[in-house]
Amino acid sequence: MRNEKTTEEIARGIRARVFEHTIRNNGGYLSQACSAAEQLAFLYNEGLNLGPSTMPMVPPPFGGVPSADNPDYVTGAGYNGPFDAVHDRLFIAPAHYALVAYACLIEVGRMAPEGLGMFNRDGSSVEMIGAEHSPGMEVHNGTLGIGLSTAAGLAWGRKRMGHSGQVCVFMSDGEVQEGQTWEAVQAAAHHGIDNLWAIMDVNRQQCDGAMDEVMTVGDIATKFRDFGAVVAECDAHDLKAMRAARATPHPGRPLIVLAHSRPTQGMESLMSRFPRLHYVRFKSEEERARMNIEIAAELGVAPVALEAH
Amino acid sequence: MEMVNRPYAAAFEAYAVQHPEVLCLSADLTSSCEIDGFRDRHPDQFLSLGMAEQNMLSFAGGLGLAGFRPFLHSFGVFLYRRPYDQLMASVAYPRRKVRLMGFLPGVTTPGGMTHQAIEDISVMRTIPNMTVLEAGDATEVESIVAEADRVDGPVYCRILRGAVPRLFDTPIRIGQMRVLAEGEDVLVVTAGITTEEAIRARGALARAGVSVRHLHLNTLKPFDAAQIVDHAASVRHGVITLENHLVTGGIGSMVAEALAEAGLARRLIRLGLQDTYAHGGSRPYLMKHYGMDALSLVRAVERLTGQATGIDEDALGAVRIDAVHSIVKAEAL
Repeated sequence: MRNEKTTEEIARGIRARVFEHTIRNNGGYLSQACSAAEQLAFLYNEGLNLGPSTMPMVPPPFGGVPSADNPDYVTGAGYNGPFDAVHDRLFIAPAHYALVAYACLIEVGRMAPEGLGMFNRDGSSVEMIGAEHSPGMEVHNGTLGIGLSTAAGLAWGRKRMGHSGQVCVFMSDGEVQEGQTWEAVQAAAHHGIDNLWAIMDVNRQQCDGAMDEVMTVGDIATKFRDFGAVVAECDAHDLKAMRAARATPHPGRPLIVLAHSRPTQGMESLMSRFPRLHYVRFKSEEERARMNIEIAAELGVAPVALEAH
Repeated sequence: MEMVNRPYAAAFEAYAVQHPEVLCLSADLTSSCEIDGFRDRHPDQFLSLGMAEQNMLSFAGGLGLAGFRPFLHSFGVFLYRRPYDQLMASVAYPRRKVRLMGFLPGVTTPGGMTHQAIEDISVMRTIPNMTVLEAGDATEVESIVAEADRVDGPVYCRILRGAVPRLFDTPIRIGQMRVLAEGEDVLVVTAGITTEEAIRARGALARAGVSVRHLHLNTLKPFDAAQIVDHAASVRHGVITLENHLVTGGIGSMVAEALAEAGLARRLIRLGLQDTYAHGGSRPYLMKHYGMDALSLVRAVERLTGQATGIDEDALGAVRIDAVHSIVKAEAL
């Protein structure tokens, strides 16, 4: 399903929505919107073959966890379209990107703007760390490193069933510190799982700060190739380059697109907080007010109208 | 007593070939889990995942999402210790129909601490959505394959391999414990390999005038607390649990919880590993050393009844000895 907006417009919309949310709530995963906006916009708007959403525009409240006593349980997968033979599936592996993913769902017309107002509210399915039942989420990925393995299993199964639909994983580069990521790549290569691909937000940031300070990971492109993947690299903010990277042939192997991103792209004012960008909470009302004006100007939107305190 | 050689191998193959949605997964312990013949004869239904259990658990979750029912074969310990997070997030939470076939339960391996699943029941039964089964003889090993595959969700099975005695002539049924004796003095609750020990002890105890009520459990979750309480209420002296597992979190704990919640005051002796790791050795040696054999059960009965039985090793008859190095698997791991 192709949206009427351009991918560039959607990426701008994602940044604006996450910015507004972060200013309003005095905190949010703002840097992830900077680095990943084009990637998620690309996936939803042109990179994936997704059918129309099967879920209500306004997300239903939390409907309980999966159990034998909860036959009506549904995941958030329906926001990505029906699970049939021809459509792609998408896993958001770093579930803390949920805020950015929800903003993207709104921009592409799969969720109502009110959905973001339910973010992290008690009793809501629009959870802070995307849960399996959260809009656009298909499986639990809150522990980093499990997404690619799950996708590899699903892709193997879909290939065996003759599905033309592929499986895509949106990943974060911090996940390469987890051993399971390498187990997944070697298994996908060993079994020739080539209906599987991933796009990784290589922003070189993690919770504690810059990855090079926390745990050096070396040349991840070479490592992925050595483990059996086909690797393509691009500037994460250059959609033309992203399209070309995605189009890289990868017969018999999974494709990993390394999208080299900047954690402050579009919001350079955030550099004053570098390298503590994982979760932006303003240190003072003064900083919040200053960021509100500066970032709004960068994004070309009006500052968020805040209530007087 | 009839001994059956590799009952799992034949039973799994017979079942899987009839069910194309069943997949056979292995993590580099293919012959040790008796699926080497299946791999050779049915390579299209076999997936080698290598020594990478974390990936295997999440991968299996993905297969489940695609509609397959993967049977994961490894030693019990390797299915939950290292990949616990993956077991929770990729298998148990979403209720994938993943069948975890855990070989070498408890002290059935000379491999020592790293190979002995001594807390698997404790761990598995606390996981929401999980079903936990344990095979106690060749018939239960043979029938556990189809029975586990009926479960609408994930299931963990303690599987016996190699030469396995045949004790029962009816298949395992989830939720149906076996009442092996209906005595009135002491209730004995066993599962897996401890049932054979209790059967041996019962014969000697009967001759000594002690009347034993004996339950064999093959379904550890869901646990039929009401039936346990009914049986406990019908004996004079109390209850003894005998398990190939730590006494904390396993059958001993389950029975204690059942009695407490029902408000039934009965003495309870829990035999099994007492807050300790085991070490490498033969099964008979380990069962004796850690107080999990027939004689340990007899002594516990004497403590409950307050009367000596005069039963000793000789009275328990010829004890079946398994060679550590069996012909089935030379390494015995």
